[in-house]
Amino acid sequence: MSKINHHIPDELLAAYAAGNLPHAFSLVVAAHVSVCPECRSRLHSHEALGGLLMDEGSSRSVSNAMRQRVFACLDDAPVVDPGPRRMGVYPGPIAEVLHYEEPRWRWLGGGVRQAVLQRSDQESVRLLYIPAGQAMPDHGHHGLEMTMVLQGAFSDEFGHFGVGDVEMADPSLEHTPIAAKGEDCICIAAADARLRFNALGPRLLQPVFGI
Amino acid sequence: MLNAATEMQERPLPPEKVSVGRTFGRSEMSEQTQWMLSVRDARDKSAFAKLFDHFAPRLKGMLMRGGLQAGLAEEVVQDTMLSVWHKAHLFDPHRAQVSGWIYQIARNRQIDVLRKERRPVPEELKGDDVQEEDALHIVALEQEASRLRRALATLSAEQRVLVEQAYLGDLSHSELHARTGLPLGTIKSRIRLGLKRLRRELEDEQNGHE
Repeated sequence: MSKINHHIPDELLAAYAAGNLPHAFSLVVAAHVSVCPECRSRLHSHEALGGLLMDEGSSRSVSNAMRQRVFACLDDAPVVDPGPRRMGVYPGPIAEVLHYEEPRWRWLGGGVRQAVLQRSDQESVRLLYIPAGQAMPDHGHHGLEMTMVLQGAFSDEFGHFGVGDVEMADPSLEHTPIAAKGEDCICIAAADARLRFNALGPRLLQPVFGI
Repeated sequence: MLNAATEMQERPLPPEKVSVGRTFGRSEMSEQTQWMLSVRDARDKSAFAKLFDHFAPRLKGMLMRGGLQAGLAEEVVQDTMLSVWHKAHLFDPHRAQVSGWIYQIARNRQIDVLRKERRPVPEELKGDDVQEEDALHIVALEQEASRLRRALATLSAEQRVLVEQAYLGDLSHSELHARTGLPLGTIKSRIRLGLKRLRRELEDEQNGHE
């Protein structure tokens, strides 16, 4: 795999670790962490900090009944969960959402295809297939959008994004991604209308909390 | 958010204050790590009981702080502690602290329970079957965590609250905004200030060690 140059902003990794990130973004974070050792290590660090705070935090006594239930179950055979597995260009967490089947592509015109993985009032996640050399359609996102490249590459005013790279975009951010020549580009794009980082704009391309 | 914490894992760990020829063993590790390794390697139920009695009430405290009802919080604690037992073979003290590892299991379980569907989690790392235990490495990682703990203790009350809300509470930044009436940017820069201070403390500590 080519070197990953565009990572998950620390703020989003922290929110993922704390369980505060909307589902759509969590999927992209989990997919990126699956292929990016650097972000995996940073995520471990956020978990370490969360663990320390939990360790120092306040306690609530637990019921004896629950404690006994746990100890009664220790000798049961565990439910084996192998965890998500990669399928082709799709990192494990995405393959899992696809139920390990090829996406059901719908044509959007001009050779562009999309497969919606999740859609609600607030959040959406979709896969996009853009033929090499072609512009990505305006997919009308609201709020913060997070796009990760799974195959091929695209470029816009803010840089070149290859496999594994993540671009954060705000609706106010005018950009025109174009798929690189060569291989057709497949991306996953997650959007959440509740999140806005208007004030930050392109600076989001840098880790927000880069201290 | 926290480069200081990040470096905990990325920086080559210094073999500080180790006299040459001294053998490092499990007795040098923290109690928590020893309990966890006994659970992992010897399926030791009394060690698990110690882990349970230490972490279960803290997990419940964290989950209720995040807004879960007591009954649901207990359900998540129960599942989490059972996972700690059944997934003990995945615990790698070279990479994670016991508290951080359990924290992550609890978050996954909490979201699964609340959403009634699986939370997206990364693929497990392949190819790192049980490596030879490097006690020196493990103890050095624990020392990094102790430094982080000491640095946390130096935060102002206000900074501490914000960091705790980010990792323990159930508040997103926008909810934080609604609750405090502070603009988002201010909150971010306050968190950033808190973390900058943390990092400085860590660096000072380190310089002090040299």
